[in-house]
Amino acid sequence: MELVEAIILSVLAASTPLLIAATGELVTERSGVLNLGVEGMMIMGAACGFAGAWLTGSIIIGAICGIIAGTLMSLVFALMALGLAVNQVATGLALTILGIGLSGLIGAGFVGERITPAPHLYIPLLTDIPLIGRVLFGEDAFVYLSIALIVGVWRFLYRTRAGLILRACGDNHVSAHALGYPVLRIRTLAVMFGGACAGLAGAYLPLAYTPFFIPGMTAGRGWIALALVVFSSWRPGRLVVGAYLFGAVTILQLHAQGWGIGIPSQFMSALPYLATVIVLVLLSRARTGGSTAPAALGTVFVPDR
Amino acid sequence: MRKTLVALAAGLLLAGSVSAASAADKLKVGFIYLGPIGDLGWTYQHDQGRLALEKELGDKIETTYLENVPEGPDAERAIEQLVRAGNKLIFTTSFGYMDPTLKVAKKYPNVHFEHATGYKRDKNMSTYSSKWYQGRYIQGLIAAKMSKTGVLGYIGSFPIPEVVSGINATILAAQTINPNIKVKIIWANTWFDPGKEADAAKALLDQGADVIMQHTDSPAAMQIAAERGKLAFGQDSEMIKFGPKAQLTSILDTWGPYYIARVKAELDGTWKSEDTWGGLDSHMFAMAPYTNMPDDVKKLAEDAQAAITAGKLHPFKCPVVGQDGKEVECKGGDHLDDGQILGMNFYVKGIDDKVPGK
Repeated sequence: MELVEAIILSVLAASTPLLIAATGELVTERSGVLNLGVEGMMIMGAACGFAGAWLTGSIIIGAICGIIAGTLMSLVFALMALGLAVNQVATGLALTILGIGLSGLIGAGFVGERITPAPHLYIPLLTDIPLIGRVLFGEDAFVYLSIALIVGVWRFLYRTRAGLILRACGDNHVSAHALGYPVLRIRTLAVMFGGACAGLAGAYLPLAYTPFFIPGMTAGRGWIALALVVFSSWRPGRLVVGAYLFGAVTILQLHAQGWGIGIPSQFMSALPYLATVIVLVLLSRARTGGSTAPAALGTVFVPDR
Repeated sequence: MRKTLVALAAGLLLAGSVSAASAADKLKVGFIYLGPIGDLGWTYQHDQGRLALEKELGDKIETTYLENVPEGPDAERAIEQLVRAGNKLIFTTSFGYMDPTLKVAKKYPNVHFEHATGYKRDKNMSTYSSKWYQGRYIQGLIAAKMSKTGVLGYIGSFPIPEVVSGINATILAAQTINPNIKVKIIWANTWFDPGKEADAAKALLDQGADVIMQHTDSPAAMQIAAERGKLAFGQDSEMIKFGPKAQLTSILDTWGPYYIARVKAELDGTWKSEDTWGGLDSHMFAMAPYTNMPDDVKKLAEDAQAAITAGKLHPFKCPVVGQDGKEVECKGGDHLDDGQILGMNFYVKGIDDKVPGK
């Protein structure tokens, strides 16, 4: 039973950065913008988040630094892709390269330093309940925040007028523009939200997951977050399923190796990707079917003035 | 034998960072690095070697390095860039640079090349590597002494001979202390992903291992062991900062003496193509101080280190018994020969697992 609890705890920790980053990217893409720079924004969030926390000794300030770094990076993207209407794919890739390089520069002085990771919640009695106590009441703040974030985004997208307008920008920017909505301004805000989330997700790594900074420590998680958005067919509910499923299979394959089940580890390492693709494909076929990609995703919009 | 560190697109920015000064008659020595010099592991240790070289021979040479150079065809351009910049001796410090280095070496017969951990040589191209399995043997002794559960946790990168021979050396040593010792092996299938390495360490500890050994590059596993109050070994470099009460020792790559020796040979005009596979006796690597263990274990480790250094103890001394219960052919007299160790692709008896893909 303790092992089950330990596995669930590891799964939640592994899934959280993916969920946070993917939530941000989902909002960005729902507004019609494809920002492939998630990895770059994440690693900047990791470097600046660690720097902030190390200099001030505060995890909260570190997280805020990560958010700011991610947002600033996304503003660079917005300036290029929205302001100057540059190709979004190229800009996003450039942003990733920039982020990896710049974060190495910023983080260089902090390599080899360590901090105290984010504390875990402890409520007497509740946290001590066997099996579910630590899972429900013993996580770090980022885990709760990630869940609040995705619930908030779901409510925003489907239950508010602003969310409807944002989706309208993503599906048909010409119509949204004709109705008098400031498409570029809305998209800029969506891109900034995506950047803030990616920065926070990146900061989670050195602040809670592995409390030190090393260049390149995001190790491709930004790309996985991007893929999760596509696989979730741009729906928050499926995104949660995808993120936790990916985390679960990642952790379980490690345990399976430890138990010596005898399946080649190369296959096991590929399993999270495979499982996530299969389940999300099944999900999308079972309900509505077909792709629900925002119709204007990735297209350049230059308003006629 | 290194694999892709992160630097996803660093190839596009190949020039990386070039540090060089200009001086007319000094010997120019170049280095190609896989990761950033701040990776705290593989590349960091190579750069420490370069710095030791500068300190020793700084008035006669000048060094240049290119970091974040991806393995594969891109490396060729980076190496040529160093040649054109006038470097006469070039160290390429990762397994994947083998073919690119050979190609450039054929093109520039007057320039000398040194390739780490590979097996292809030429008139102007040497190879060098370390017998890390010797260090792993010492770690196996310590691990068996320190483990209370009798279960060791081992995080592997890729199932290549270097890693497999390390696992075998560890277990052979541990079995001399505790014949029933168990090892749980998790392959990360990456050299560097702190998050995944941490997850692997957590999984091993959750499954009852209480000493963690790793053949991946980040200090994540050390830090998890420290957090849980368990023990661990570092990798490549000193990691005690991440586990002051957890690190037992660490294999430290000390390339400095080798780099100095080779550059001196180049300066004297005595450089020639060689195949160097050095161990504790030739100071290709060192063991970090033995910490967090009682004095008798420390003494055991020190004695083993002395015996290996003196050539009295060989980690793969015969008979070595494979998983199938059969003795492995003893080609090196009383121990396995270098070729058998360099190509090792089987587990020894006592490991309840299979080499992936076998």
